Amino acid sequence: MKKTEVPQQNAKAFMGHSKLLYAVDEQGRYAPAPCNGWEAEEIVLDQAIAEYVRLASDAWQRARTGAGSTLEYHMFKQRMDVVLLAQSTGFFKWRVRRDLKPGAFARLSASRRERYGDALGQTPAQLDTLPDQA
Amino acid sequence: MNAAAATVVPFDHRQSAHCESGVISSLLRHNGLDISEPMAFGISAALGYAYLPFLKFGGLPLFAYRMPPGWIIRGLTKRLGVRMHMQTFRRPEDGTRALDAHLAAGRAVGIQTSAYWLSYFPPDMRFHFNAHNLVVYGKRDDQYLISDPVIDILVECEASALQKARFTRGVLAPKGLLYYPGPVPAKPDLRPAVRKGILFTTGMMVHVPVPIIGTRGIRLVAGKIRKLDPRQEAHNKLLLGHIVRMQEEIGTGGAGFRFLYASFLQEAAALLDKPRLAALADRLTEVGDEWRRFALHAAKMCKGRMDMDYKMLADQLLHCAAEEDTIYRELRAEVK
Repeated sequence: MKKTEVPQQNAKAFMGHSKLLYAVDEQGRYAPAPCNGWEAEEIVLDQAIAEYVRLASDAWQRARTGAGSTLEYHMFKQRMDVVLLAQSTGFFKWRVRRDLKPGAFARLSASRRERYGDALGQTPAQLDTLPDQA
Repeated sequence: MNAAAATVVPFDHRQSAHCESGVISSLLRHNGLDISEPMAFGISAALGYAYLPFLKFGGLPLFAYRMPPGWIIRGLTKRLGVRMHMQTFRRPEDGTRALDAHLAAGRAVGIQTSAYWLSYFPPDMRFHFNAHNLVVYGKRDDQYLISDPVIDILVECEASALQKARFTRGVLAPKGLLYYPGPVPAKPDLRPAVRKGILFTTGMMVHVPVPIIGTRGIRLVAGKIRKLDPRQEAHNKLLLGHIVRMQEEIGTGGAGFRFLYASFLQEAAALLDKPRLAALADRLTEVGDEWRRFALHAAKMCKGRMDMDYKMLADQLLHCAAEEDTIYRELRAEVK
C-alpha cells in the first residue's frame, strides 16, 4: 500500500483518533502511516456491534416478559456470551446456562451472584435491574 | 511532608501498529536500545497464519495472522539476550501495590490487560480480549498515566478500572502480568537474530505439515469460503466479517501484519546487505494489497454493496497463499 492510498475515512468508532498502519512512500520505503478509518473495517465493526445489540435487545424482551433472566440481558450487554461468561467467572458452561434461566437466577446464592457481577462489572443488585430500553 | 501526588517517569510515546511489538520496542528504547517496531516483530518471528476451529469467539473460529500472545516479548528478548523481569499476582491488591512500587522507583513497566475495561478506549473498540499490552509510566492522584502503543496520544485510566483490566479471568488471563527488561546492550549485533527470525517464520509458513497452519491454512480457509452454503447467508456474513476484523481491525498494521513484515524485510535487507530481501519485501507488499482488496470485497458483500461471491473471495485467498508460498521459500533460501 502506498502512503497516498492509506484510507482516511474518519470512522466514528475511532472518535477522532487514528491507528497506525505501515505503507510505502514515493521511494518505495516503508514508514508508519496513520489512518483515521477505512470503509471495510467500519462495516465489519458495525456488523459485530449490531450483533451484540441484537442479542442484548432480544434478551431484554425475554427478561421483560419473564421468559428470560436479567442476567442474560447483562451478559449480552457487556458483549459476552455463555462461553465467555463461563470463562470469566470460572463456572462450568452448563451451570451458566442453567443460571441464565429466570427460576435458577432468582435462587442464586449471594457468592455466585457476586462472581457474575464481578465478571460483568456490575454490583450484585444491578444484575436484577433492567433499563427502560434495551 | 507527604508523598507527592504525582509520580511520572519520563517516557517517549511512539504509536505502533500492534500492542505487543509496540510495548516491547518502546520499553527497549526507553532502556537504551533503539529498535523499530517492525524489527521487533520480525526478529521475534511473530508473523504467521493459523485457522483454529476449536477456539471459538462468539461462536466463530479463530483466524490468526500472527503467533500467539506473549510470543514477541519472549522471542525478541531471547534472541537479543535480554532478560525480562516478569511478575504475576494472585491478588489484585498485590498487583496494584507492585505497580505503584515500580513507578515510585522510577521504572516504566509493561502490563497485560483486558481491552474491555480500559476506560480510555473508545466504547465501540472495546472487546473482551485479555492480551492487550501497554506501558504505565506514572500515576497522578487516582489516575495511571499510560502510553498505550495503539493509541495516538498519551492516555490515563483510573486505578480501579486498570486493576479490573489486569485481573480479568478466562482465556489468556493476564493475572496482573507486569514486565520490564533487565540490562540492555546498547548496540547488539542484530544480524544473527534477524536470520533466526526469518528462518523460523518461513519454516512456520511453508514447512509445517499441518493443514491449518501457514500457507496451507490459508488454502484451507479459501476452500471453506468456497463451500459456504448460500442458504446460510446471515451466518456467512458474520463469518466473513469476523475474518476481516481479525485481519485488519485488531492492530495489525494493515493486511494481517503483512505490511509490518515487509517493512521488517526492508530493514533486514540493509542490515544483512542482501538487496534480494528488499525485492521480496516489495512482493510481500503486493500480496498485502491483495489481502486488503479481499477485506474490502468481503466487507462490501457483507453490507450488500457488492453481490455475494464466495468463489471470488476464495480465489483471492488462493492467490495470496500461492504468492506467499513462493516468497517465503525464496526468503528462506536467501538467508540460509
